[in-house]
Amino acid sequence: MSPIATGSTDNRTTAHPAPPARDASPATRTGAQVMCEALIRENASVMFGIPGGCIMPFYHAMWEYREKLRHVLCRHEQGAGHAAEGYARATGQVGVCIGTSGPGATNLVTPIADAWMDGTPLVAITGQVPSALLGTDAFQETDITGITVPITKHNFLVSDPTELPRVFREAFHIARSGRPGPVLIDITKDAQLARFVPDWDAPMDLPGYRPTTPRDEVDQRAIRAAAQLLQSARRPVILAGNGVIQAGATRELRAFAEQTGIPVITTLHGLGAMPHDHPLALGMPGMHGWVHVNRAIQACDVLLNIGSRFDDRVTGKASTFAPNARIIHIDIDVAEIGKLVRTDVGIVADARLALRALAVAVAVGSVAPRQGWLHEILAMRDEHQPRQGYTRRERTAPLMPHDVFDAMNDAFRGRSDWRVVSDVGQHQMWAAQLLDWSRPRTHITSGGAGTMGFSLPAAMGAAIADPEKTVWVVVGDGGFQMTSCELATIAQEGLTNVKVAVINNGYLGMVRQWQQLFEGKRYSGTPLTGPDFAKLAEAHGLRGIRVEDAADTHAAIAAAWAHDGCVVIDFRVEREANVFPMVPAGRAIGDMMMAAPAAASVVPSSPTKV
Amino acid sequence: MAQHTLIALLQDRAGVLHRTVTLLRRRGFNIASLAVGRSEVPGISRMTLVVDATDASQVVMQLDRLVEVIGVTDVTNERAVQRETALAKIVSSPKRLAELVDIVAGHGARVLDLTEEELIVQITDTPERVEEFITLIRPEGLAELMRTGRLAMMRGRTPAKLEAPAHYRAQADGAPHDEEAAA
Repeated sequence: MSPIATGSTDNRTTAHPAPPARDASPATRTGAQVMCEALIRENASVMFGIPGGCIMPFYHAMWEYREKLRHVLCRHEQGAGHAAEGYARATGQVGVCIGTSGPGATNLVTPIADAWMDGTPLVAITGQVPSALLGTDAFQETDITGITVPITKHNFLVSDPTELPRVFREAFHIARSGRPGPVLIDITKDAQLARFVPDWDAPMDLPGYRPTTPRDEVDQRAIRAAAQLLQSARRPVILAGNGVIQAGATRELRAFAEQTGIPVITTLHGLGAMPHDHPLALGMPGMHGWVHVNRAIQACDVLLNIGSRFDDRVTGKASTFAPNARIIHIDIDVAEIGKLVRTDVGIVADARLALRALAVAVAVGSVAPRQGWLHEILAMRDEHQPRQGYTRRERTAPLMPHDVFDAMNDAFRGRSDWRVVSDVGQHQMWAAQLLDWSRPRTHITSGGAGTMGFSLPAAMGAAIADPEKTVWVVVGDGGFQMTSCELATIAQEGLTNVKVAVINNGYLGMVRQWQQLFEGKRYSGTPLTGPDFAKLAEAHGLRGIRVEDAADTHAAIAAAWAHDGCVVIDFRVEREANVFPMVPAGRAIGDMMMAAPAAASVVPSSPTKV
Repeated sequence: MAQHTLIALLQDRAGVLHRTVTLLRRRGFNIASLAVGRSEVPGISRMTLVVDATDASQVVMQLDRLVEVIGVTDVTNERAVQRETALAKIVSSPKRLAELVDIVAGHGARVLDLTEEELIVQITDTPERVEEFITLIRPEGLAELMRTGRLAMMRGRTPAKLEAPAHYRAQADGAPHDEEAAA
């Protein structure tokens, strides 16, 4: 067999024979081998995928490279895509997922869209029918490059194998630079099979791609304008988003807040950018933000947005957002500035660089006194404490959702060897509100796309990326049933550091909450049954625990943590608990509901769960 | 709603028009006209795009995000020449057609074909005057109309962002052109 360029460790005998060398030149490779070597050159080490006809040559080749390229066989391509996302979100590295042509590729569409919305670096590799059959409606042919145009930063259809080294470099470069995001590479089967001498020196040809990088200089005029606004502000706030985490700027954020005394609000994806117990940390804003946070935004005179894209879940009705404030917006993507909220000073830059530049600029002048402002916000917080909607009470049955989060906080306290991956719905908002976030990349969730079923596979990816940390999945019974087949992947891979907390209320709870609050309790399509989740875990050879009493939450979490294997805890919680505060969609964020109105229901409540 | 005229420079790759049109559709911008073709440099295309938008800055920024879009400029308020070509087929009586030959010539249109039954004319002018011309001939038995969409070019030196990248230009100046990029 021909030697492999990536080192002697790959050059070994295996049970699977290498493809016969039809070319005497030692530099000759198949397209599939070039794909593997390109991945290794891009420092990819784990891939999540499922094989199929048109991607088989790649799977044939990856066997030779298996010591450097770990393949994790998932149960559904959606799981593979989310696992790659979880890997990326835990590490900041590009996640890699694989599917075959046709349904394999279309099943990747949801995670690609999810990565697009949340700026997650992802490279999706799909097999495609042989180039001679392209466009003929061949078996398992789908125009996946056409389908993914609006949800990728870029995509490639490769039928000329000699393009592979350049295309892989370009794909990884695009996925990880600027505002990160997904890139899809669709490769015809004949290109994977072709033999040729790869040109690893082929330069990238991306004249139209000029991402803002951490090496670009920050516009000093904008920085000075921002510094002046901040210095003269009496009631400033910082809004910190995903961009702070992506840029690795949490230290700079904290230092800047302390230097200026400006309180920090963290978006859903910004959670962990400031320690929750820092005196200047206020918490999450928006639709389920705390009262004092939303009121601080509505009352502030300068708002410094760092790396948040003013999602409607943050702003409420955008025209009413921060009505008294001058807005400074730091974003790595120029197209985000002024897209949704009028902006006084836009700074297109990497968040870390911009914060450093701002810190220098602000240090030059004097800062207006603003102690009263922080006290005003804290007074609002104290007024609505504790828990602003979740009353502290004796821990007795029935089990309330927030009992679970209290117990998780108790278990997490003093430890730094954990992450949480949440799904989408009520439990996601409770987790965001109630857990004590202190470190970046410890809170992973599907924010922009709101993809139910995200959490279990994403946790799998995070668990593989960082085996030292226990990954807690917080998921509803609805979302869990969308991708629970990945429990089999977890069992097959022997992942001991995934623990699942199912917040099981027998409803698609967030939709039910809206139906309760806004649709007269017409619980249409929301009551939901499911299997016994503890038994489901056991059926996979994993451990299952059921908790029905608040008194048992701590013991269950401790037992799960101590168990040397994946555990699923089925928390049977109060069925109709709600997430508060809540800003109804399309309203100003100061317009908050603190509890369900006593209003009558027009439709009686649905049958109870069987 | 105002109209904005944009000039874009693109890599001439399969799918680039699809990406451009998909983006505009998705972001809700209405395309009033679109003209695209190869530029003076192999592998590079130029596009003139007219969109209905009160503020075109989002269109420009979103288009610029596309990897294969090298540069975009809104030339609506710039010193740019703008032209459009239209072909029109007029069906009328032989007598009237003979009269129309003189009338259209008076408006700067060229006669491309004249038979007993029909007249085909070409007009190339500013978008406003093409519009006026069409209004003029519409009652005369306008049977078919084909328009190119607007073409625009800035006067003076080409702005840097609308200039083909150096390595493409070098390739164009050099010996046999590598057709790869134009595939």
